[in-house]
Amino acid sequence: MLFRYLLLLLILLPIKSFALIEVDITRGNLSPLPIAVSPLSIDEKSRENFKKILKKENIGSEIAAVVENNLKQSGLFNPLNKDAFLQKPDIANLKPRFEDWNLIKAQALITGKVTLVDEKLRVEFRLWDVLAGKEMVALAFTTIPSNWRRVGHIISDKVYERLTGEKGYFDTRIIYVAEEGPKTKRIKKLAIMDQDGFNNKFLTLGNELVLTPRFNPTNQMVTYLSYFKNLPRVYLLDIETGMQEVVGDFAGMTFAPRFSPDGKKIIMSFAKDGNSDIYTMDLENRIVERITNHPSIDTSPSFSPDGKYICFNSDRSGYQQIYVMSSNGKNVKRISFGKGLYGTPVWSPRGDLIAFTKLHKGKFYIGVMRTDGTGERLLTENFYQEAPSWSPNGRVLIFYRETKTNSEGEGFSAKLWSIDLTGYNEKLVETETDASDPSWSSLLSN
Amino acid sequence: MNRSIVISSGFHILMVIITAMSLPFLSKKPIDLPPIVSVELIQITDQTSIPFAPKAKKIIEKIKKKEEKLVSEQAPPKIVKKIKPDAVPLPDKKIDKIKKIKDKKQNPEKIDNEVKQVSEFEKDDLFDPNNIAALIDKSKVQSAEAINKTDKITQDQEKNVDFAGLSLSEEDALKAQIFGCWSIPLGLPYDQNLLVRIKLQLKPDGSIIRSEILDHARMNKPGQGFYKVLAESALRAIKLCQPLRVPSAGYERWKNLQLNFDAREMLEG
Repeated sequence: MLFRYLLLLLILLPIKSFALIEVDITRGNLSPLPIAVSPLSIDEKSRENFKKILKKENIGSEIAAVVENNLKQSGLFNPLNKDAFLQKPDIANLKPRFEDWNLIKAQALITGKVTLVDEKLRVEFRLWDVLAGKEMVALAFTTIPSNWRRVGHIISDKVYERLTGEKGYFDTRIIYVAEEGPKTKRIKKLAIMDQDGFNNKFLTLGNELVLTPRFNPTNQMVTYLSYFKNLPRVYLLDIETGMQEVVGDFAGMTFAPRFSPDGKKIIMSFAKDGNSDIYTMDLENRIVERITNHPSIDTSPSFSPDGKYICFNSDRSGYQQIYVMSSNGKNVKRISFGKGLYGTPVWSPRGDLIAFTKLHKGKFYIGVMRTDGTGERLLTENFYQEAPSWSPNGRVLIFYRETKTNSEGEGFSAKLWSIDLTGYNEKLVETETDASDPSWSSLLSN
Repeated sequence: MNRSIVISSGFHILMVIITAMSLPFLSKKPIDLPPIVSVELIQITDQTSIPFAPKAKKIIEKIKKKEEKLVSEQAPPKIVKKIKPDAVPLPDKKIDKIKKIKDKKQNPEKIDNEVKQVSEFEKDDLFDPNNIAALIDKSKVQSAEAINKTDKITQDQEKNVDFAGLSLSEEDALKAQIFGCWSIPLGLPYDQNLLVRIKLQLKPDGSIIRSEILDHARMNKPGQGFYKVLAESALRAIKLCQPLRVPSAGYERWKNLQLNFDAREMLEG
């Protein structure tokens, strides 16, 4: 009996225990992630062959440079100087010495290998977590050699997605209006380029005025407005095939045609008898449906990504402001209440924000607000800028800005600029000519 | 029967006593008081060896004369025995005299023993005039040790510390360190649950023995791909930061630590 009690006593003796300490980490740094982009290794034979085909000395280094440039431009990564790399590309691709990469403060490492297989370019790449000492992604691509830049963009997208948690936007294109000549006699051509400014092509000759090109969110189709014999026409252009068709001639002024999220409709505004309203057109049966019917000027419509809502700007309150309504034109609600005039609203592909242009006290701003109008943030300010267009992941905006070319305020130059949602990473997008009205495509490879 | 009841009652009472007094009482460590650091307040002018500049000396003398005059208007100055030594004393004498001056000025009734109420360790070395430089160095070490010890010990505090979390300053130091190391992946959907809980087992120096993601299963759930990115970024932050800035004392307290990384606040902006 005594033994039982002793046993019970031992069990019940309070054991010294400590409550687990919890510490909440609710802040971090938003500084760019240090990343090492090692040149992709290439054997001597493949190097010689690619040199003949592509006229590039070392295609491995060229692809790595594309990746490095993309990551740097995003503002979220800090590619480290190659001179500091301690390990050779061919060895790093097999098994990186993480201590060496850790030494130069790299948190992630990209390695890879390029080979020529059956006259095709084969690129392997690996993304490594330097601190954890493990592989994060390993992929291989095979394509025709001339596609080497796209391979670089696809690698960038994979790295971006793996490290940030959202899809990238590098394997995309931008369509815009290329402008040349004096302001009174401007030649405007439709042009397209990769998002980093390379592979620029003109799609029209410049005989007719072209305006507001917009990508279909589901494929590589473009809608734009062009004047034929002083009459506005809405066109559809297939970038892949070069086929073009007229959607329709519309009496009066037509503005800003834009695709619905499923790509089956076009939404735009027509001006009749001085009154502008919003209409949709079904691309299959060409039936036009009136969405708004108000004596005020309603323009710049843009669908939400789920297709349930439309944002547009209207002066029905006396001043140009942004409104949101259901896709059938009901439940119209004003969402912008700040000082100044608001225009060109564009719904983010993520659905959480609406980008806009704001004019206040003679200055133009590009900003974003939540879809209920709260949380307005002005990202950039300038003498004249407008027409924001979202990257497919909803993180970056591209727009155009006009600047005076000399100190006396004479002449002007229009260029494309991009800015991310933080408002800090503003970049000039290089184009061969002056440029306006940009529109960002969806990802070419999903 | 009666015997069993008595034994049962005895053990029950014993258990109640043990429970009431609890284990911290049992594991109480012997008192280890830090040495008292004695601070003596003396007039700088009594001790300084820097001569006044000739101009300043004149001004001071003028002021002194004025003060004397003012005092004399009210009452005749009391004849006080000159305290300051005329000649520079030898090292042995100097310290004795300084002590005397201080005693007379600050607390005349003080007994010699009270002034010397320093630790035995200090008592031996404090007034060794032949080794002043060493004395200064040692006093620095002692004060540093004393500060450390005050952080570490205390019997009364221990009861609280054992079962409490980190103090505010300890927590802030740790947070500040990790804030700097954590690169938040900016593409995460901020309308989702962005909490990653990581349990750590730490060495006394703050380096990591083991880290474990508590909601590991969430990574493989459909539509939760972003969670993996977030968890990896948190693990990178911990690895980058180690050794963590943990308190120098109370290892038992924080050897197991849970960090709750929540990116929502930052991403919502």
